[in-house]
Amino acid sequence: MTKKQTNGAEALIQGLEKHGVEYIFGYPGGAAIPIFDAIYDSSIKLILTRHEQGAIHMADGYARATGKTGVVLVTSGPGATNTVTGILTAQMDSIPLVILTGQTITSALGKDAFQEADVFGGTAPFVKHSYLVKEPNDIPRIVKESFYLAATGRPGTVLIDLPKDITSAPCEATHEEAEMDLPGYSFPDKGKAVDIKAAADILNNAKRPLLLVGHGTLISKANKEVLQLAELLQTPVTTTLMGKGAFPENHELSVGMLGMHGTAYANRCVSNCDVIFSIGSRWDDRITPAKIEKFCPTAKKLHLDIDKAEINKVVMPDVSILGDAKTCLKELLPLIKSSEATKPWLKQVNQWKKKYPLNYKVHGGLKAQQVLDELYQITKGEAIITTDVGQHQMWAAQFCKTHNPDQWISSGGAGTMGFGFPSALGAQLGKPEETVVAVVGDGGFQMTLFELSTAAINKLPVKILIIDNKFLGMVRQWQELFYDDRLSGVDMVGNPDFVKLGESYGVKGFRIKRPADIKRTLEKALAYDGPCIIHAEVIKEDNVFPMIPAGATTDDMIIEPPKKKLAKPKGST
Amino acid sequence: MSIQVDNIHTISLHVANKPGVLLRITLMFARRGYNIESLVVSSALDGKFSRMTITAQGAPETLDQIIRQANKLIDVVHASEHNDEEAIAKEMVLIKVKLSKTNKNEILQVIDHFKAQSVDLTQKSAIIQAVGDSDRIDALIDMLKDYGIIETVRSGKLVMARGDQST
Ligand SMILES: Cc1cc2nc3c(=O)[nH]c(=O)nc-3n(C[C@H](O)[C@H](O)[C@H](O)COP(=O)(O)OP(=O)(O)OC[C@H]3O[C@@H](n4cnc5c(N)ncnc54)[C@H](O)[C@@H]3O)c2cc1C
Ligand SMILES: Cc1ncc(C[n+]2csc(CCOP(=O)(O)OP(=O)(O)O)c2C)c(N)n1
Repeated sequence: MTKKQTNGAEALIQGLEKHGVEYIFGYPGGAAIPIFDAIYDSSIKLILTRHEQGAIHMADGYARATGKTGVVLVTSGPGATNTVTGILTAQMDSIPLVILTGQTITSALGKDAFQEADVFGGTAPFVKHSYLVKEPNDIPRIVKESFYLAATGRPGTVLIDLPKDITSAPCEATHEEAEMDLPGYSFPDKGKAVDIKAAADILNNAKRPLLLVGHGTLISKANKEVLQLAELLQTPVTTTLMGKGAFPENHELSVGMLGMHGTAYANRCVSNCDVIFSIGSRWDDRITPAKIEKFCPTAKKLHLDIDKAEINKVVMPDVSILGDAKTCLKELLPLIKSSEATKPWLKQVNQWKKKYPLNYKVHGGLKAQQVLDELYQITKGEAIITTDVGQHQMWAAQFCKTHNPDQWISSGGAGTMGFGFPSALGAQLGKPEETVVAVVGDGGFQMTLFELSTAAINKLPVKILIIDNKFLGMVRQWQELFYDDRLSGVDMVGNPDFVKLGESYGVKGFRIKRPADIKRTLEKALAYDGPCIIHAEVIKEDNVFPMIPAGATTDDMIIEPPKKKLAKPKGST
Repeated sequence: MSIQVDNIHTISLHVANKPGVLLRITLMFARRGYNIESLVVSSALDGKFSRMTITAQGAPETLDQIIRQANKLIDVVHASEHNDEEAIAKEMVLIKVKLSKTNKNEILQVIDHFKAQSVDLTQKSAIIQAVGDSDRIDALIDMLKDYGIIETVRSGKLVMARGDQST
């Protein structure tokens, strides 16, 4: 008997299996039916979401928690365009995703066929790479290339647009025989010895060094090397929002996050250091001023990055090392001399820590900061925290200290509201043994709350902590501080009763109304075996401090609520 | 902000001949505020690769960055800027001019002077073909303006690195 002929969709799914894909997050439709049909017989589990945006953020959360490539499958037209926000979110934060989109048949392309969208053209600015498949026998090669591109070098998103006639047509090519054809793709690994030597010389002579540790350190799994470097040099270490977890925030050398809402002491370090060494951070505009020459003007700047296009993009470094963080740090470490020279600097840093601690007033109603602080105390910093975007995100960054890699999941570059909850579901699927808490605002949660179904059906015991201030708090804060408190379009009047909402999906609810409720309720919710909502009704009008107005320098940092009117910030947003 | 006319850069790219590569390159130039003046694309020797020469106007500070970002595109094998010392840059032009009995000889003299050719000749018009440096082509067009140019088509710059260097 002859073997059944494999079609394009089956070749695709076989390729995914060969790449060890456990889950596909998806939503079906006409143009994608052949692919859903091929999943039917495969070992891969399909997670049917309630919206394509939910699917892609779940795949993203899965990728962030596990380091593996997330896979999304949607139909053509509106199905594909519903993933665009998620593609941007992942691409901005260098997250490896493969996005499969169904497409109308090739003979109809360009004719405004039913549910046709030029997904290849439309997403070109947001992807690391993409394909529109025109020949079924190309599928095994394209799958191989896609997984390779998504996960190597600087990771990112790869989209494969799959016309229905191509996925339905016979495919003779196989995964085993397919050869990648990527003549234009390469990435550095080892840095140049001269650059590493030059960096070592500068670090060895530094009196007030600062390590700026970014997401690239996590991608490269270089956290051990960073710890060694910090301890040898006896230097304070700050992380970006995306770098949280790359250096234990409970370590005595940690100064926490820098930047717009970073700690005052981290930002004081930025203003006063004589050498700043960025390891896998891209000097984002949340941490650097609009006038870049004002950024640590007296410090020598060192930049280690895998992406050549990041070097000289924002900061003109004195020395740059192009390569993988772990590989390069391994070469650098033997050249570093342990030093006593930083003692006075560390003393100064510790004084700043004492002078400007992160704190909040415990009286005057329920404070988001207190809820998050107690969450941190109870989970001992061992839970995976995902966040949405806004004030709660910044408070979580400040008070939920991160000790280990892959425990902090937040949309940094795109700042996508609606990310927090679905990404927690993906993280929970990837790390079933761990406690996963989604910290979300009342605004952002309502953007993707329909995934409560997905949580309930798949029994994903995610704890959804809603910091409900009944406002789009982050925008309200800007309006209060910089626009004479003229509140425009920020009132969340009409919020549902979140506990009842959860119940209607079969998701348990808890309420925190007073500071006295926090500990008891959080403990109960964390012990509960299943998904649940913790509704924390916090005071309505609180602001995140410290704050550096957009575009301003670390010297302009506002540490406490200002008494006088502030000028409108000049930075981007 | 006004961009000075002399902020014109010539960038050559060696790219894998794959769908979408031109789209990605032009998107990147546009996003960085670069206005493409001319663009020449042709398949390289074996058909698997293409050559592109782009002349574009934009701030010199961002050029280095644009070239890095171009090199980062998966299908770009190599991108670099070229200047006159290291590279040969030539353009071709077709110019249709009005002809009359009285000016015909004069025009033929101009053609001769510029080592151009007339590739189509009728009673009323001629098509002149010229190859050379952009300045020289500008000069030829200038000369012919007085006789009445009907239309011109320019190829845009073609660039090749001199000597042992590869483009
Ligand atoms: C409301 C809001 C407020 C924010 N406030 C702040 C703030 O106060 N402070 C702050 O820090 N951020 C803040 N952010 C986040 C900010 O927008 C950026 O996302 C963040 O600063 C970027 O961090 P990063 O450069 O470490 O990571 P990414 O943007 O992920 O960049 C990673 C870098 O590492 C490189 N890399 C990748 N792999 C490797 C490897 N193997 N080896 C070496 N390098 C590698 C990449 O090329 C890239 O340059 C805020 C975001 C929001 C939404
Ligand atoms: C999709 C999207 N739309 C708009 C914004 C702009 N934005 C940033 S923070 C914010 C307010 C978020 O409010 P909420 O979710 O209630 O959180 P809070 O700031 O109150 O903690 C808004 C509207 C965004 N980041 N993402």
